[in-house]
Amino acid sequence: MFNSIRSRIIVILTMLGISLGYLYANQIKLGLDLQGGMHLVLEVEDPEGTLTSEARADAIDRAERILRTRIDEFGVAEPTIQKVGADRLIIELPGIGLEDESRAKTVIQQSAFLEFKLVLPVQEFQSNLARIDRQIVAALGVDSLRVLGRDVQGPTSEIENILFGGDAPDSTEIDVEDGEEEAVDLRPMTGLLASGDVEGTYLVATEDVDFLNLLLDLPQVQRAIPRNVALHWDVDLVGLGQRTYSRLYVTEGNAFVTGDMLEDAIAQRDPQFNQAQVAFTFNRAGGRRFSNFTTQHIGDYIAIVLDDEIVSAPVVQDRIGASGVINMGQADMTDAADLALVLRAGALPAPLEIMEERTVGPSLGQDSIDRGQIAGLIGMVAVIAIMVLYYRVAGVLAVFALGVYLVLVMGGLAAFGFTLTLPGMAGLILSVGMAVDANVLIFERVREELKLGRATRTAVDEGFAHALSAIVDANMTTLITAIILFQFGTGPVRGFAVTLSIGIVASFFSALYVTRSFFLIYLSGKKASDPISI
Amino acid sequence: MRLFDQAQYGFIENRKRAYGFSGVLILVGIAAMIFNVFSIGGWQNYGVDFTGGVLIQVQFHEPATAAQLRAALGGSEAPPITRFGEENEFTIRAPLGDEGIEEVRARYEGQLATTFGTEVFTIVRTESVGPKIGAELERNAALAILFSFALTLVYIATRFELRFGLAAVIATVHDILITLGFLAVFRVEIALPTVAAVLTIVGYSLNDTIVVFDRVRENLNAKGGRRRDPKELVNRSINETLPRTVLTSGTTLAVLGALLAVGGAVIFDFTAVLILGVTVGTYSSIFVASPALLEIQKRFGDGTAGRERRQKRGASATA
Repeated sequence: MFNSIRSRIIVILTMLGISLGYLYANQIKLGLDLQGGMHLVLEVEDPEGTLTSEARADAIDRAERILRTRIDEFGVAEPTIQKVGADRLIIELPGIGLEDESRAKTVIQQSAFLEFKLVLPVQEFQSNLARIDRQIVAALGVDSLRVLGRDVQGPTSEIENILFGGDAPDSTEIDVEDGEEEAVDLRPMTGLLASGDVEGTYLVATEDVDFLNLLLDLPQVQRAIPRNVALHWDVDLVGLGQRTYSRLYVTEGNAFVTGDMLEDAIAQRDPQFNQAQVAFTFNRAGGRRFSNFTTQHIGDYIAIVLDDEIVSAPVVQDRIGASGVINMGQADMTDAADLALVLRAGALPAPLEIMEERTVGPSLGQDSIDRGQIAGLIGMVAVIAIMVLYYRVAGVLAVFALGVYLVLVMGGLAAFGFTLTLPGMAGLILSVGMAVDANVLIFERVREELKLGRATRTAVDEGFAHALSAIVDANMTTLITAIILFQFGTGPVRGFAVTLSIGIVASFFSALYVTRSFFLIYLSGKKASDPISI
Repeated sequence: MRLFDQAQYGFIENRKRAYGFSGVLILVGIAAMIFNVFSIGGWQNYGVDFTGGVLIQVQFHEPATAAQLRAALGGSEAPPITRFGEENEFTIRAPLGDEGIEEVRARYEGQLATTFGTEVFTIVRTESVGPKIGAELERNAALAILFSFALTLVYIATRFELRFGLAAVIATVHDILITLGFLAVFRVEIALPTVAAVLTIVGYSLNDTIVVFDRVRENLNAKGGRRRDPKELVNRSINETLPRTVLTSGTTLAVLGALLAVGGAVIFDFTAVLILGVTVGTYSSIFVASPALLEIQKRFGDGTAGRERRQKRGASATA
C-alpha cells in the first residue's frame, strides 16, 4: 500500500512533518559541553566500607529525592538527576558555570542535619578530662606524643585562664630535655583547653584544632566521653590578643528537637544589626516540644547545631514557641538563602562524596557549537559536491534524500529528548557518511546492472534489491557497536552512541525508502528503456 | 564519472606485502607502548578520565606563556601544562597523589590566583575525576570492545558463515592494534572521546569489511561460484566493490577532514583518531580481512564439503 508514488510522498511528508513538529515543540537539548554547565557524579561517603549495599542504595534513594527538591529550589533550568547503578547519582546542572559552582556544590553536598541541644556547664565535662587524658596516653604512647611535641603536662586542677593574661600553653609545656622517662602524668587534651569566654565552652588555639579532632576521633576517647555529653565546635573563631581560638562547646548528648520537625525556613535580614539570618518554623509536634523545653530552661543556653557545628547558641530569655532564627554572623544573604533552602528540603541521610566533576563555561561551549556548525556545513558541501559530480541526477536525488535524513535524525533526537553533545555532533557528521554509503552501494549496483545490459527500470529495481543485504548487514554491525557503546559508556560517549544509532536507523529509511521514492518519481516520466543519469 | 571501473588489481597476489606492512606498523606501535611504559609509566598517555586527577583549562586575557604558568604552579614540580588551541589558553593536568580531587583543584586554582591575580584569567573548563571512576572507565572500555567483538562475530556467523566472522574480527583487531600503536607513538591523550573514537573504528571497519564480504557471499552463491578458484573469486569481489569503497571512504574522510580543519581543539584528537581509523579500516577490509578469509579457508576448508568434513572443521575451528 505504500508503494505508489503518491502514497510514498505522503509517507515521506508525514515523517518530515512529525520530525519538524518534534523539533519545533521540544527543541534539541544541548549537552553540558556545548551550553556550559556542571556535571557531578556522587556516591555515599563510606570510607571504612561499613555500610551494607542495601544501606547505601537506600541512602542514595532518599538523597535523590532531597536533592531534587534542593536543586529545583536552587533555580536551575532543566536539571538532570539520575540514579546510576545501585548507589550513584549523576547530576547535571546546565548553565551553572564556574562562578556559581561552589555555591551549587554546597547546596548539593551539605548534609543540613539540624539539631537543637542544651548547652551544659563545662563542669559537667571537666570530671572526665583526667580519664580521657589517660586514655590518650595509653592509646598513643608517651613516646609518640613526645615526638609530636604534645607531651603536655597540664595543671592538675584548674585550666589556665587565658582571658586574663595567663599564657597557658607555654607555661605548661615541659622541655624535652627535662622530661623524665617515667613522666606519666601527661595531659595531652587538657593542655589544649583554656577556659571559655561564654558559658559551656572551652577555647582551643586554632592551630591545635586539627590535633584535638584527631584525639577526639580515637575510639578510646569516644568511649571515655559519657553518652549524655557531646562536644561541638563553633563555626566562628574568636580573636583574643594576637591569637585566634575556636570555641569547643559542651552540650547534652541528645538533641531535643531536630531539623526533620521543621516546617519552613526563610532567609531574612535582622532588622537590628542588618545581618543575614534564617528564620525557621517548627511543625506542630516540633513546636510543642520546643516550647515545653524552653519553658523549663529559661536562662540556659541552647546550641543550634548544623552538621555537627554550632551556628549559634542563644540564651533562652523566655518560652520560645514554634519558631526561631539562626544568626548567620558575617555570612551574606545568599548564604542565608542557601541554608534556608537546604533546611526546607531536609537533611541528607548520609554525606555524599564527589567522584567526578566536570564544569564547562558557556563561552567554550558556544565556540564548540560555532565550529561544529562550520565543520558540518563544509562537510555537507563536500558530500553534495562529490555526490552530484559523481552520480549527476541520481546524486541530486541522493542529496535530497540526505536532507530528509538529517531532518529525521534531528527530529528523532528531539522526540526522544536526547541531548546533543560534542561527540554527538561528531557522531551526527559521521553518520552522514554512513547514510551516503547506503546510497553509494545502491548506485554502484544500479550501474553494474546497467552495464550488464538490463533495461533502466529493471536495473534500478535490481540495484536496490541487491544492495539491500550489504546495507542491512553493514548497518546492523555498526548498530551493534553503537548499542554496546551506549551500554558501557557514560556522558559524552553515550551522546555519541545515541546520535550514531538514530543516524543508522534513519539512514536505512532514507536510502531504501526515500531515495527509492525519488527514483520512482524520476523514472515515472520515462519509458522502461530510456537512459538515466547515474 | 567512473572511478575504478573494470578494476583488475591483484590485491590478493600482493597480500604478503600487505602482511609485512601491517606487521611493521603493529610492531612499531607495540615498541612505542613498551617504550611508554618505561618513559611515561603507562603504555598509553592516559588522561585524567582514566588516571583520576584534575584538569583545569585556563584562558588568559593578556599574553601568557606555558613557562610562566609552569613557574606559577611549582616550577619543576608543576603538573603537565599544554597549550590548548588558541594562544593564551592552556590546560593543566594535575595527578591526584594522595589528595582528593577537591584539594588538588583548590591548590592549583589558588596558586593561579595568587600569581596572576583573578582579573587576568578565566577558568573555562574543569574536570575532576576520582581514581575509582577512572578504573571503572578502563574496565568498561575493554568490556565494550570484547562485547562488540563477540556480538558481531555471532551476527556475521549467522548471516554469513563462521569463517567470515572470524576474518572480520581479525581485521578489526588489526585496526585496533594499529590505532592503539598510533596513539602510543604520538602519545595522544586517552580521554573519554578517544575511547568513543576507537569503538567507532570498530564499527566502521566492520562496516567496510562486510560490504566486501557481502560481494564474496553473493559471488559464492552464484551459479558455479563454489567451484571457482577462491583467490580469484575474492580478488574479483574486492575489485567489484572498489568504486564503492573509495567513494564512501572519500566522502567520510572529506567530512572528517572538515571537522579536523575547523572543528577546534576540543575535538581535534577525536577527529584525528577517526581519520586514521577510517583509513586503516578501508585498507584492512581489502588487504587483511579478505586474505584472512582465504587463509582460514586454506586451513579449515570452505565449509561446503561433506557432513563428515564439516564436523571435523567445526571441531578444529572451535578448538
